[in-house]
Amino acid sequence: MEKRNHKAWLYLAPALVFLGLFLVYPLIDVFIFSLEEGYNFASQTSFGTGLYNFSYVLHDPYFLQALKNTFILVLITVPVSTGLALLISVGLASIKKLRNLFQTIYFLPYVTNTLAVGLVFMILFQKTPYSDGFVNLILGFFGVAPIDFIGGPYWAKMLVLCLYTIWVVMPFKVLVLTSALASVKQDYYNAAMVDGTPKWRVFTKITVPMISPTLFYLIITGFIGAFKAYSDAVALFGTNLNAAEMNTIVGYVYDMLYGASGGYPSYASAAAVILFAIVLTITCINLIVSRKHVHYS
Amino acid sequence: MKVTLQNLTKTFPARGKGKKPVTAVDNFTLEIQDGELLALLGPSGCGKSTTLNLLCGLLEPSSGKLFFGDDDVTKLPAQNRGVGMVFQNYALYPHLTVEQNIRFPLENLKGKDRPTKEQMANKVKEAADLVQIGELLERKPSELSGGQQQRVAIARALVKMPRILLLDEPLSNLDARLRLQTREEIRRIQRATGITTVFVTHDQEEAMSISDRIVVMKDGLLHQAGKPQEVYDDPADLFVAKFLGTPPINTFDGQVKDGKLFLNGAAVLSCDAPDGDVVVAIRPEGFLPGEGSFICCVQRLEVMGRDTSLVCNCPCFTGEHFRVIIDSDDTQKVTGTSVSFGLKPGKVFLFDKETGCRIRCNLGE
Repeated sequence: MEKRNHKAWLYLAPALVFLGLFLVYPLIDVFIFSLEEGYNFASQTSFGTGLYNFSYVLHDPYFLQALKNTFILVLITVPVSTGLALLISVGLASIKKLRNLFQTIYFLPYVTNTLAVGLVFMILFQKTPYSDGFVNLILGFFGVAPIDFIGGPYWAKMLVLCLYTIWVVMPFKVLVLTSALASVKQDYYNAAMVDGTPKWRVFTKITVPMISPTLFYLIITGFIGAFKAYSDAVALFGTNLNAAEMNTIVGYVYDMLYGASGGYPSYASAAAVILFAIVLTITCINLIVSRKHVHYS
Repeated sequence: MKVTLQNLTKTFPARGKGKKPVTAVDNFTLEIQDGELLALLGPSGCGKSTTLNLLCGLLEPSSGKLFFGDDDVTKLPAQNRGVGMVFQNYALYPHLTVEQNIRFPLENLKGKDRPTKEQMANKVKEAADLVQIGELLERKPSELSGGQQQRVAIARALVKMPRILLLDEPLSNLDARLRLQTREEIRRIQRATGITTVFVTHDQEEAMSISDRIVVMKDGLLHQAGKPQEVYDDPADLFVAKFLGTPPINTFDGQVKDGKLFLNGAAVLSCDAPDGDVVVAIRPEGFLPGEGSFICCVQRLEVMGRDTSLVCNCPCFTGEHFRVIIDSDDTQKVTGTSVSFGLKPGKVFLFDKETGCRIRCNLGE
C-alpha cells in the first residue's frame, strides 16, 4: 500500500509542480500583495500591511464604473446567451434538412478571432465622418436619428458590448446543448407523445430537466467567463477603456499593473481579490440553487 | 374497444443507393375484440414492434386503415388516440418521482377532461394500488428494481383509462423468475381493467401462457392468428409449427405413398394425402415408445422430474438429433440404443416440401 502511494505521488508530481508554480503560488502572492501597502516593484519594499489597498480600490470611481459595467454585462449576457442558445439548439434538433449547414453557421463565430469580430462590429455600429454605420443605416429607414454606438451615450455603448459578448459566447453553448439534446433518448419523447403532452410541456418538463446538468454547466462557466470579460471591450472600444466608461474589473486590474496609469500591483491585487470573492459567491449561489433544479441521472 | 386493422402496410424508404425499400408490415388485416389480450409473436425483425407503433400512432401506415371501434384513426396523431403504451425500457422520466410519473398523462388533459387535483391524486392512487406500488410513490425511478419500474410504467399507461393498452416486449428486461410473476400480473391487471391490450413478444411461452389470442408474424406477414392452444394444435404452416413449443417440433423427410405415411422407409401412419415427398413435423410429446414401427437410435436419456427427455437420431431427421418427451413411467420401455416409436396422429403435421404450407389430411393408426 505504502509503495503504491509513492508511485501515485510520482505520477502526480509533474502536474503538481506546474500547478504549484504557476497557479497556487501566484494566487497566494496576489493575496499577500493585496495586503501590502505601498508596495514598490523596483525596491520590492512596502510600508506595511493592512486593508488600505481595498479601501482605495473601493473608493476609486474607475473601479466602481468597472464593477457596474461588469455586473450589467453579466446580468444581461449570461441569461440571454444561454436562453438563445437553448432555443437555437432545440430548433436545430427539430429540423432535419440543412441541420449540418445551420450548425456550422452557428458555430462560425467561435472559430473567428475576437479582434476580427470586433472589426465587423465596428463596421456595423461605428459612426465616422463618412458613414453612420450599417445599423444606423437600417435604423434610418425607420426614421430613427443616427446614434453613435461606439463613442456616444453609455446605454448605446453597453448595448453594443452586450450584443458583441452574446454573439461571441453563444456558438459554444449551442454546440454543447446540441450534443446534450441528442443524448436524450427518443423513448421519452415517444412516451410523452403517446400521452398527449403539449409541445411546451415537453420542453419544460422533459427536455430542460433532462439536459439540466449541461445547462447548469453553461450557466456557471458563463458567469465566470462574463465576470472575466476584458478582451471584448478592448476589441470594441480600444485600450483606453476608462475614458470610454467601458472598463471591466479585469481591465481595471490590467490598467493598474501595466496601463498608462499603472505600476500599482497592490491595488491591482486588491481588485483581483475582490473579483475572486464575487465569482466565488456567485458560483456558490449557483451550486445551492442547482441542488434543487439539476437532475443528474 | 374493438380495434380493426385493414390491409395495414408500412414501408420504410430504402437506406442508401441500390438498397430496396423495407416492408416491415405487409397487408396486415386483423380484428381485435373488445377486452381481448392479444400477443403479437414473432422472431426479431418480423414487424411486430412496427405494428405496435402503427397502433399507437408513432408511425403512420403507408397504406391501409386502422379503426378504434368505429372511428377511423389512421391519420390521427398519437397525441389524440388515447392509447396507453408501455415501452420496452419503460421510458420513465428519471427526474420525476413515481407519483409524478403516473400523474404526468393526467396533467396533459385540458378543459373539461382535466381532473381536479383531488381527482388526480385519487386516480394516481388507484392506478398505483392496481399494480401494487402504493408504497413507492415518493421514490425516483432509479431507486426501483426492474420489476417495480415495469409496474410504474403500466400504472402510467393505465391512469388515463386508455382506449387500448400497448406493451412493447414488456418482460424482456426482467429476470426469469420475475418474468413468470409479471406475466401473471399483466394478465390480472388486464382482467381487472378490461382494457383491450396488445403486447409484443418474441417469447412464445410468454405469449401462449397469458394471451386470449396470439398472432404469429414473420417478415411483416401475418402467418396465423388464433387461440394459443388452437395455433399450437393446428399450425397453418411450417414456420408457425416450428416457432411454437419447447422443445421445438421435430421435422423429418417423409413420403406419402398408397395412403400411408413412410418414415425411414417404414409405414408409420395411414394418411389420405396425395402421394409425394412431404415434411413431417412431430411434436416432442407425440411419440409412444415401444409401440410402433418408427425406429430411432437413442443417444441419451435426460430425466427432468416430471418428464423424461430422449435425445434420438434417425436418418430421415433434418438435423443432428431430436428430442422426444415421454412419461417417466415409460422409461423402462426404453432399453438399448434402438427404440421403436408409435406416433400420436394429433401431434403429427404434414407440410409441403417447397412452400412449407400445411397439407391437411386425416392421419390414423
